[in-house]
Amino acid sequence: MTQHDGAMMQPGPTDQSSGVPRSSPVEVDDEGRVHLVQQRDADDGVEAADDGGAGSGAKGRKKPSSPPKQPRKGILALRWVRRISQGTFLALFLFLLFQTTFRGHFASDPSATVRLPWTVEAFFYFDPFAALITFLSTFTVYRGMLWALVVVALTLVFGRVFCGWICPMGTINHILGWLLPSRKGKGGKRIAANRTHPVRQRVKYYLLYASMAAALAGSVVGGVLDPIALLVRSLGLSVLPAGQYLMARLHENTAQSDLGFVVTLGDGLNYVFSRAVWPSSQFHYHWGWVLGALFVAVMFMNRIIPRFWCRVLCPLGALLGLLSRFALFGLVKRHDKCTDCNLCLLHCQGADSPQGGVKWRQDECHMCLNCESACPEDVLEFKFLPGRESTITKPDTVRRTALATTAAGLAAIPLLRASGDFGPNFHAKRIRPPGSVDEMDFLDRCVRCGECMKVCPNNALHPALGEAGLEGLWTPILIPRIGYCEESCVLCGQVCPTGAIRRFTEKERRGEQGQPLIKMGTAFYDFGRCLPWAMQIPCIVCEEFCPTSPKAIWVEKVEVPLRESKHGDDGTPPAMTTVALQRPRVDPSLCIGCGACEKVCPVIDEPAITVSSVGESRSKTNVILLQERADS
Amino acid sequence: MVGGTGALAALSWDKEGLAAQQSAEGQRVIKDFRVPPRSDLPSMAVAKRGADPTALTRAAIDALGGMGRFIKKGDTVAIKPNIGWDRAPIHAANTNPEVVAAVVRAAYEAGAKHVVVTDFSCNEPQRSFQRSGIWKAAYDAGAEIVLPADHQFTTLRMRGVVLDEWPVLRPLVDSDKVINIPIAKHHSLAKFTGAMKNWYGLIGGRRNRLHQDIHTSIADLATFMRPTLTIIDGVRVLLRNGPQGGNVDDTKEMNTVIATVDEVAGDAYACELIGEKADRIDYIRQGHQRGIGTMDLRKIDIREV
Repeated sequence: MTQHDGAMMQPGPTDQSSGVPRSSPVEVDDEGRVHLVQQRDADDGVEAADDGGAGSGAKGRKKPSSPPKQPRKGILALRWVRRISQGTFLALFLFLLFQTTFRGHFASDPSATVRLPWTVEAFFYFDPFAALITFLSTFTVYRGMLWALVVVALTLVFGRVFCGWICPMGTINHILGWLLPSRKGKGGKRIAANRTHPVRQRVKYYLLYASMAAALAGSVVGGVLDPIALLVRSLGLSVLPAGQYLMARLHENTAQSDLGFVVTLGDGLNYVFSRAVWPSSQFHYHWGWVLGALFVAVMFMNRIIPRFWCRVLCPLGALLGLLSRFALFGLVKRHDKCTDCNLCLLHCQGADSPQGGVKWRQDECHMCLNCESACPEDVLEFKFLPGRESTITKPDTVRRTALATTAAGLAAIPLLRASGDFGPNFHAKRIRPPGSVDEMDFLDRCVRCGECMKVCPNNALHPALGEAGLEGLWTPILIPRIGYCEESCVLCGQVCPTGAIRRFTEKERRGEQGQPLIKMGTAFYDFGRCLPWAMQIPCIVCEEFCPTSPKAIWVEKVEVPLRESKHGDDGTPPAMTTVALQRPRVDPSLCIGCGACEKVCPVIDEPAITVSSVGESRSKTNVILLQERADS
Repeated sequence: MVGGTGALAALSWDKEGLAAQQSAEGQRVIKDFRVPPRSDLPSMAVAKRGADPTALTRAAIDALGGMGRFIKKGDTVAIKPNIGWDRAPIHAANTNPEVVAAVVRAAYEAGAKHVVVTDFSCNEPQRSFQRSGIWKAAYDAGAEIVLPADHQFTTLRMRGVVLDEWPVLRPLVDSDKVINIPIAKHHSLAKFTGAMKNWYGLIGGRRNRLHQDIHTSIADLATFMRPTLTIIDGVRVLLRNGPQGGNVDDTKEMNTVIATVDEVAGDAYACELIGEKADRIDYIRQGHQRGIGTMDLRKIDIREV
């Protein structure tokens, strides 16, 4: 890096400032880096030619102030407000997550409809990324998603405060980014990791553009990368059930202990957790471990790069970064005072170059205020309407790569839609939750937030792995063998933030409000496995559990021959008797596909009655019957 | 190091494997909860006057001699209503909540120290407890509601004809007295479900196998569990599409409550409320043959009020 004495360089392509006035002590080279113009008469005796310092260019190393200058009281206080805000929003998020399950109550009026007391999906309403991609795919803003404008407005004024002050994923990464990295080297590694690394920090913008393009092409598959969705999915469908399993095993052991206080402690902890945190019984989620493993991997990356998710992958952060260029609140630097101590970098959350000598990256900054709080030289100041001379406000992406990722997002959807699992060879087990919209619209809306799967009181909804194709990754499907859909329940529709599952009532579900009955599919018997059909053994648990009225399962009464299981007492061959059996059949016009029959069938390895998606009321094509039988 | 490893191995040596340990489990059999018979008091009381479930329940219990005949001061009482299904009271799939609350109050008035209400529901328990109205009614009457959970079960041996080792809901067997409060309903497989069949809610595990020999299973359960008192809810009964129902047209108000110490006789009487006959129902006959009770209603002292 060469020093240009007194000569002014023309602003380079990445230089966002409008030209540096001649009398300013700073100048900008063609890389966009800011340099201190060396004064021949040094004011505090620093040798101009002394370039023994490591790091930023040819300016000499200044002597640090002694004692170090105190940061503004206001900033230190504001940093505490930020910490409290992070803690509060994380606690709120976790509370709503724990409440995303049906918790019955003795005081509840039994004739009232069953609803959740809290708006547990609230964080999604404020999520601009989810709102944006569903807007691009449907050209509507569903219900509460309008609240996302609040966060947009906040970002337009203050920058990425959502990331630094509100986002629970950000807070968790912040904590782990502080906790996990190795303490060897006294922070040298951490400082290096917190420098801006444009190549990897661009990735999140490309992911954002690809998600937006895919949304335009008709799929909100980008929801897989939404940070709130990721948290609900990973914690709700993997980490919490695993924790519940662990605690149950521990409780089994403490309950058998000979020590009284151990038993009480175990019982007490178990009681608190089962009332406040866990759902009512152990839930098992289809391929749930994949979600947990990915979550652990992303969290672990904080050891190497603090806030890895936020800096590298988060499309919501990228979106807010795009918006933050208009922010009225920002950082100014007094480069001449900087001594390259790098204390600002030690706990910088956004890797946005807070240090003197380079431009501040406004689109990367999380407004955590750690830099100004740490600076001992009064170099940094956060203020309203800062000057922009040493700020880069726009994301530093490469145009060609951005176009390529957008094109990839646009192209991927038609490619996937032209493959078999979207067309005629769709998966029979792609059974969607009750109240779901038609599959094309469903893929337009489902951001894979995991709320429906978490709230379902019967553990019936699960994240699809292959059942809905690659595009349908982690969208909800019904797996009756794990849990059936309770006929009187409407909770999944209550919590869906984007309208992939409509909000419906119990009456609508039963077809009592003028619309047709909500059906998820149809049940089919395997007569080779059904006990009364194949083995002359009485059963009909399926008929007993069928919740519709009249029941969709009806029985044929027959009297059939049965061979005894034992030889006669005198060695004669087993005798033939008869047995009265009730042989069950399904009426497809009444069956709602809830899966209660499949769940309770005693042939539990492969149930003798299974549900398939055909006959679902949301589809005009995935049906068998010509006409529903006219019901009362 | 070697010594320590050796000692640890020696201490945890298991010569015979798992089978040897398991035979020691499940030896405990539960106690008989019945109180001594009284020749001066009837075995069964049927309350039919009026339509108020609380009044009918009280009348039936009083006609049997009052709750004091069954509950001593300081007793822990377990109450087992039918809270099997996620249905509202109007569907007559679960016991009437007012009947349950009346029994809870009567138990406390007779001096019970602690009353527990529980059942192992077929549908999701929290929804069933809440929508049946029993959770609220029993809580308001002062009972402790116990929701079924994995750790509430213990494996016991029933030594029945078809049922042997089964997980059993502990609160129901750990008490001093047990009161059975079924509802009279149609059942598609068994034809009728009442007092004897209500003990399905006592057991956990793979209950969906019992249907293969349902009548013998029910008789085994009724042999295993001998309750103190049985109150059969016939206020609103389910005539068709049982045991779940779901259509109000399948129900009928019979405004009857039966209190009895003989479950077989109680079922023999109650099945007629839904239009059945006792000799058509095999588990009633089996119960009669095993001597759990009598299905011949002429042989017992019935008081109608």
